Amino acid sequence: MRVAVVKKTRLMLGGLLLWSVGIEADLSASEAALPPAAKIKVEFSKDIQPLLELCQSCHGPQQQLGSFRLDSRAAALAGGKSGAVIHLGNSANSKLIHLVAGIQKDQIMPLTGQRLTAEQVGLLRAWIDQGLHWPADLKTTPAPKSQHWAFRPPLRSQVPKVKNRGWVRNPIDAFVLSKLEGGGIRPSPETDPETLIRRVSLDLTGLPPTVEEVSQFLSDTRKDAYERLVDRLLASPHYGERWARQWLDLARYADSDGYEKDLVRPHAWRWRHWVIEALNRNMPFDQFTIEQLAGDLVPGAGLEQKVATGFNRNTLTNREGGVDKEEFRVEQVVDRVATLGTVWLGLTLGCARCHDHKYDPISQKEFYELYAFFNSAIEINLDAPLPGEQGPYLLRKPEYDRKRDALLAEYKVKELQEEWEKRLKDAVAHPGGNDKAEDDLRGLLEVVDWGKEILLQDPKKRSPKQRKILTDHFVRAGFKELSARLDQLEDEYPGLTEAQTLAENPNPPPSHVLIRGDFRRYGAEVQPRVPAVLPPLPQGASPSRLTLARWLISQNHPLTARVTVNRMWQEFFGQGLVLTSQDFGTRGDLPSHPELLDWLATEFMASGWNVKRMHKLVVESAVYRQSSETRKDLESRDVENRLLARQARLRLPAELIRDNALAVSGLLNPAIGGESIRPPQPAGIAELSFRGRAWKESEGMDRYRRGLYVFFLRTVPYPQLTTFDAPDSLSACSRRERSTTPLQALTLLNDPVFAEAARSLAVRVLQEKAGGVNDRLEHAFRLCLSRLPRQNEQDRLLKYYDEKKRLHEKSPDLIEKQFPADDLEGIDTKEAAIWTGISRVLLNLDEFITRN
Amino acid sequence: MDFEELKRIQSRRSFLQDCAGGLGSIALWHLMRQEGRAGSHESAIPNVNPLRPKLPHYTPKARNVIFLFMAGAPSHIDLFDPKPALAKWEGKSLPDSMTKELRLAFIKPSAKVWASPRVFTRHGECGMEFSDFLPHTAARADDICMIRSMHSEQFNHHPGQLMLNCGTPLVGRPSMGAWITYGLGSESQNLPGFAVLSSGPGSSAGSGNWSSGFLPSSYQGVPFRNTGSPLLHLSNLEGVNTEDQRATLDAIRDLNEMAYSEAGDLEIASRIASYELAFRMQSAGPELLDFSSEPPKMLEMYGLNRELTRPFAANCLLARRMVERGVRFVQLVHSGWDQHSNLNPGHKKNCDITDQPTAALLTDLKQRGQLDETLVIWGGEFGRTPMVQAQRDDKVDTWGRDHHPLAFSLWMAGGGIKGGQIVGRTDDLGFNVVEDKVHIHDLHATILHCLGFDHKRLTYRHMGRDFRLTDIAGTVREKLLA
Repeated sequence: MRVAVVKKTRLMLGGLLLWSVGIEADLSASEAALPPAAKIKVEFSKDIQPLLELCQSCHGPQQQLGSFRLDSRAAALAGGKSGAVIHLGNSANSKLIHLVAGIQKDQIMPLTGQRLTAEQVGLLRAWIDQGLHWPADLKTTPAPKSQHWAFRPPLRSQVPKVKNRGWVRNPIDAFVLSKLEGGGIRPSPETDPETLIRRVSLDLTGLPPTVEEVSQFLSDTRKDAYERLVDRLLASPHYGERWARQWLDLARYADSDGYEKDLVRPHAWRWRHWVIEALNRNMPFDQFTIEQLAGDLVPGAGLEQKVATGFNRNTLTNREGGVDKEEFRVEQVVDRVATLGTVWLGLTLGCARCHDHKYDPISQKEFYELYAFFNSAIEINLDAPLPGEQGPYLLRKPEYDRKRDALLAEYKVKELQEEWEKRLKDAVAHPGGNDKAEDDLRGLLEVVDWGKEILLQDPKKRSPKQRKILTDHFVRAGFKELSARLDQLEDEYPGLTEAQTLAENPNPPPSHVLIRGDFRRYGAEVQPRVPAVLPPLPQGASPSRLTLARWLISQNHPLTARVTVNRMWQEFFGQGLVLTSQDFGTRGDLPSHPELLDWLATEFMASGWNVKRMHKLVVESAVYRQSSETRKDLESRDVENRLLARQARLRLPAELIRDNALAVSGLLNPAIGGESIRPPQPAGIAELSFRGRAWKESEGMDRYRRGLYVFFLRTVPYPQLTTFDAPDSLSACSRRERSTTPLQALTLLNDPVFAEAARSLAVRVLQEKAGGVNDRLEHAFRLCLSRLPRQNEQDRLLKYYDEKKRLHEKSPDLIEKQFPADDLEGIDTKEAAIWTGISRVLLNLDEFITRN
Repeated sequence: MDFEELKRIQSRRSFLQDCAGGLGSIALWHLMRQEGRAGSHESAIPNVNPLRPKLPHYTPKARNVIFLFMAGAPSHIDLFDPKPALAKWEGKSLPDSMTKELRLAFIKPSAKVWASPRVFTRHGECGMEFSDFLPHTAARADDICMIRSMHSEQFNHHPGQLMLNCGTPLVGRPSMGAWITYGLGSESQNLPGFAVLSSGPGSSAGSGNWSSGFLPSSYQGVPFRNTGSPLLHLSNLEGVNTEDQRATLDAIRDLNEMAYSEAGDLEIASRIASYELAFRMQSAGPELLDFSSEPPKMLEMYGLNRELTRPFAANCLLARRMVERGVRFVQLVHSGWDQHSNLNPGHKKNCDITDQPTAALLTDLKQRGQLDETLVIWGGEFGRTPMVQAQRDDKVDTWGRDHHPLAFSLWMAGGGIKGGQIVGRTDDLGFNVVEDKVHIHDLHATILHCLGFDHKRLTYRHMGRDFRLTDIAGTVREKLLA
């Protein structure tokens, strides 16, 4: 009996087909030569899957020689170019068996590597004879057996023994020192206490230590003075601000939609507020994960848990006229998966959106299986008042409602809106009719989330919020004067803070593989599932976002803990133990200290995912406390400092440069959390956005808040941030660049924000320190650099002091221009102008913007 | 110095030279200073610039690029691609066969055809057709290579503009200017390598159009202004004169050098050099904007004497002056072409603003012999439909056209491009390309070719993958080349 009819004319040179053809003729003839079928009931995962994996490099997701792939039942049965290779229930007549059995000497599969044993062929025969049983959720891709280090769960490493035991403060040191000793390299000595307190303050709070804090630390002779300092910093409310920034980078946080219209998201900050609080409260990282990915699904979810899901609301929203909403909804879901990959898995999952991942064992299908977890989510905005907000709001609400109703009545909004709604509903029901109605409808759908649903809802059943949203849109689209008056009213009676959250869609759409990532081209339908290379979801768990989140923080997960501790390390040392903190896949960097990474990962999990505890462990290590001075002996041996024989000198991130200038000059407004702020920005910047828009500067002390709170408009971000390498907030960023450019110099020299800081610092020095130039120089150095000037520095600045003095004598108008109003509370403006110059020098020093 | 020592120094040197970016050079500079053989700061510092000139893969035809980006999408059938046959279709819908797969932003596939109200005439020895809206550009016909067969898949502005500028509709990728500056560095010691000049309302993709994406931020486009202070924070502060600024910079440099000798970190040396470059930019910037050395006739030719043309004319003249000073890539962004309604008067206005300065730029570059080395590109993110939009009444001036990525026109001139020719053809309706299709990826491949690059080899590793401007596509279109 023939398995398939093969025409001789389809012979192909050099291909597998060539041999296959020959075999066709003799299938039955050679049956006797085949090993016998196994006499057991085969188990796919145990008996068959390991064998099929041998075939995957040629007949798997990457390539399909002879157009044949052997990674699913359907594909196996479909056969290849030359026809079927499996005859269901009849292994003796299946070409596959003849090939693996090597009936003809020059026609043996697999092409390379070990031949299958007679027993193995027997198992395959039995499998075919018994009906080719192939469990739907089991794959044959090589994934489950990947040898890649990062896919194996971290094992608790033995702390190595070292010679110089006196140097070791905690296990971290033993791992690092053991490697150094292996290479005959000595670690660097502990840095001086001034540098140490500045370093650890910047690393834990992002702010420099005050002059008092430095002297207190220097005079603290207790054995545990440093540990006390660390504990104080970990308890500081600024800790949450410092560490929120890293998380915001990962979450691609911004205050606007992105894309063309880039509309403002007035309440995006509510999620940022949640992050700062969670970090300050030291929320365990497992809970931190669950609440942000699936807080809405946690049993008995409270408001704050729903607010946490705002993590996934930081995706971009395209409201450009004429776009297909579905296209960009899909884009958001895709981005949520890619972000999950970067943040928790350290995998470039996004690569598998259009095709199987080229390097990592993640198939395109698996990408869409992860996609399915998020495809069932919808976006909901909730009232999310902060403590103390609701009472006063409710008290004033009746008054606001009265005034608003009066305004709406004055312009006959109710009547006009009814008519408008009717036209729009007509446009929904009968598309292609009235142009104007269609335009208006489009306007509504573009700008208002759930606009169509609200419109079509019976007006009596609309919630008060829905009613307000619809009326607001109607008014803003057509009543200029009334809009302005309503704005005024809103300023006077602010509404409740809202939160952008995620919720489950009661009617979730099915998820499909999207062919080449195109939202219109559906492939096979998929169910929520996790990639096979990673541990499976717990037996019987319903495949929801909550299950996915819990799976990420399960103890046997190989990636989450490693990826997270590596990012911590990156913050404290400038680079991770794995340099590619966003990519732990096969194209990623290998860990410099694999045992240390695994020790930290297991320690993190064992501590109950205690983030502050891990931070404490790292900053108290001897490795962390080393001097950051470069060493000649390391130049040739470890120029990248991967062995950690010294600390790193790190240019501060954009926000911290701002924070430090504000802090040392005394301008900083230390308020924690809350809304975003708009510091002064040069004219002509906001105009670069679509249709140009005004940048309304924050008033009062708000403009002196930390960089973390600076309003981030995606299409035209605040220039100081981008100049110093803040990420673009378009996708998850796990590692910032640190560039050195002339535009940075121009910013520190000439940006009005830094100019104001210099003036303010000058006045501060003059006010706080009576006496001679030398005393004041010392004070200025302590404020800016937490140390005293060295003699050569002092001499150089004294020279500069004299130069400035001469310059001002020559052109006294310069003083007038810097201090136009004599409002310096008795301070001599001549002196203030000189000290403004000295302050500028200090604020521009490499050391000022560097953590040593 | 004995032989052993020489060998030691040389091996240290080659090691440092092999370091990526400018770090190696600055380290070398310090090494030489330590050896007492380096000159002043001035002579050694230029090497620290990450934008220092680099060689491409082959000998290039073009050294610089001026990209006149017409954001919003000009209408090909009203400017460059005459379609008399449209008259026969006027007021009728296109056949279903043409429109069934069509994705349109606003209008329906059944929208009625609107023949162009413009008059086309032939120009130059080559006889290239232009509509009457572009008399000045038309006069440069023999320098221009008109591509009538451009096409794209993106039919909305934001993704469309990113496609044209970055070779992908996805956000977060480097723009053409960033890629080219990354590949070639810049000849200018005192100005950024990639400059952006805007006019009109902001563009849809905003700074995404000149982003450095995942490339180092040194390669991102730097927005310039054509009046006042050309660059952000370029002017000295109020109450600080040049002498004062210099004295302050000297103090900063000296203190940074002291820190360098303490800590020995090359990053400090790099920071020192960046301040020197900033200072040079402070004097180069105003000089760039100072048009007093240009003859009045020249200013007139660009249209600087007229209110309507002045902003765009200033940008065109600045572009020439930048290229002259070694800026690698100048991107002009003129937005406002998105005429869904009022297309006839709207396009006229945009042409009135841009036509004369554009032609003057070509004339000027040619007279100076700079056109051979400068690639000039003019175009938008897609074309516009032959069908009408917003036809509420019979007032033709209120009508408009929707987005049309299936076929549009774009032109190039100068460095490596064969002028005086039309490449590609659309069907009788200007709807589909029927000959010599040029996808945006092909355009990018060809532009990079003119600059001496094999577009497949200009790559950058990001997220474990080597990325290119042309993604996984792009073919150099030989027909366009001189």
